Amino acid sequence: MHKSIKLVLFFLVFGVFSLYAQDHNESEKLQQKNEKRAEHFEKVHEQKAEEEYELKNTIFHHIGNHNVYSVMGANIPLPAILYSPGQGWDIFMTSKFEIGHHGTGHKGYNRYVLSEGTIYQIADKDFPMGEFHVDGIERKMEKVDGKTKEVQYAIIDGKEYKLNPRSTWDGGYLGGGITSFYDFSITKNVVFMLLSFILLFWLFTKIAKDYKKRADSAPKGVQSFFEPIILFVRDEVARPFIGEKYNKYLPYLLSIFFFILTLNLLGQIPFLGSANTTGNMSITMGLALIAFFIVNISGKKTYWQHVFWMPGVPWWVKATILTPIEFLGLFIKPFTLMLRLFANISAGHMVVLVFISLIFIFGNAGASVSGSITGMALAIPLSMFMMALELLVAFIQAFVFTMLVASYIGAAIEEHH
Amino acid sequence: MIFLADFSIIRPEPGLIFWAIIIFILFWVLVGKFAFKPIANALKDREKSIQDSLDQAKLAREEMNKLKSENEKILQQAREERSRILAEAKEMHNKILAEAKEKAKSEAGKIVEKAKSEIENEKEAAFVDLKNKIGSMALVIAEKVMEKDLSSDKSQVEYAESLVNKLNLN
Repeated sequence: MHKSIKLVLFFLVFGVFSLYAQDHNESEKLQQKNEKRAEHFEKVHEQKAEEEYELKNTIFHHIGNHNVYSVMGANIPLPAILYSPGQGWDIFMTSKFEIGHHGTGHKGYNRYVLSEGTIYQIADKDFPMGEFHVDGIERKMEKVDGKTKEVQYAIIDGKEYKLNPRSTWDGGYLGGGITSFYDFSITKNVVFMLLSFILLFWLFTKIAKDYKKRADSAPKGVQSFFEPIILFVRDEVARPFIGEKYNKYLPYLLSIFFFILTLNLLGQIPFLGSANTTGNMSITMGLALIAFFIVNISGKKTYWQHVFWMPGVPWWVKATILTPIEFLGLFIKPFTLMLRLFANISAGHMVVLVFISLIFIFGNAGASVSGSITGMALAIPLSMFMMALELLVAFIQAFVFTMLVASYIGAAIEEHH
Repeated sequence: MIFLADFSIIRPEPGLIFWAIIIFILFWVLVGKFAFKPIANALKDREKSIQDSLDQAKLAREEMNKLKSENEKILQQAREERSRILAEAKEMHNKILAEAKEKAKSEAGKIVEKAKSEIENEKEAAFVDLKNKIGSMALVIAEKVMEKDLSSDKSQVEYAESLVNKLNLN
């Protein structure tokens, strides 16, 4: 017991320090960038803005998904799989970009450039193919379709080229939209999904073997650690919500529970890159979509009757209120699943980062040592508390997602009322 | 919307959704098939075997209780039998004793009776003998008294005899 507490403390403190080191590099790098920019543009007001610690940008950068896996100061290149209509598929390692500080590439390839660990494409269709040198990335606030938007420019041979971010399916409402290319790369989040897949596959096939080997004896070791969790999902989630036919859905429920839980927990290990996997809406959307299809494919007659023509309700109520609401409910349910998991995990990551950032806010981005110490005195207990809380949230959110999917399935396969 | 401009995690990316779906479905299929299904089955089997064992134990206990009560019953019966036999034996003993006593008593009575009748007979015989002796004695006396020999005279003898007979010595 005592030993494990020590271990946890060590990890927490180590995590905080590793992040501190990372962000210290960032602030150094920021200064370098400033100097570079000053040479290029000599804009005094911009320089002043850049000198201050950019809390918002730091946090958004840390919780984001990247084409580079940055861990403990190292930038590990990842495979890039890009598709651009007219240009076709481009598959290469992101090391081709010659990743520099903060995940920004010094080189570009086939119109693609790397900025802050993210791949962008030069909007200019006439830009020549092949490798090219990138001097830097410049951000500007521009008004696009009445909205102020941040637009990035790559500086190549002293000229500015507008960059297109990867395509997103938000219809432009969340600052994205379909652009000139699609990114199917193995990003940091994909790496973490694969990692948890491999980890869990190894772990559970081992446990399954244990069950086979020790069929008629009490569980032992890892097997006995996971058995209560499996039994919890079976007896407290699957059986009460789904009923007799729970056996058919149990593998899915266990999969979703352990997949989300592992991703939540992996994301909380600071020196592992703290990937915000379940805190990325694309991933929760993927999981919610699967849940949506499972629920509606297994929907029985009673379920559809309740959605479209609820028995025992006057026809005009059904026609005006009930059926539209029930129909919308089909989509709202997975939508809330997506949003809940995403919001909880992202918020946790952001709060931890805010607490750690206290060091840099108090320390004025590394300029004031006494400030940094004050910030650290505040940041360490606060972020430790938050990380402990997030540990709880990791379990709760995995459980809530599983339980809600089980309840939706239960409602869908119910035969009689 | 400056805030959301950099908030990239909220924007659904086709690539990431694609990977999330592919990896999760692969995970579900593979881990479900090779791990979760066998584990669920093993848990079910084990629960069943535990339930069976418990049921069997209960059955065995019931069987044992039944046997025990049966044994008790048999023992009780044996005890009753014993006491009954003992009582019977006692009764028989008493009866035999009484019978023997009775028999002895009657036998003794008979013997006494026989002795009595024998004594009576002896007495009778003794009287007859005595009467005869007294008769002859009286004759002798009478002869002497009459100084006459009556023994030759028959009527005299008869008379003397009748006299003797009338003589009651009792």
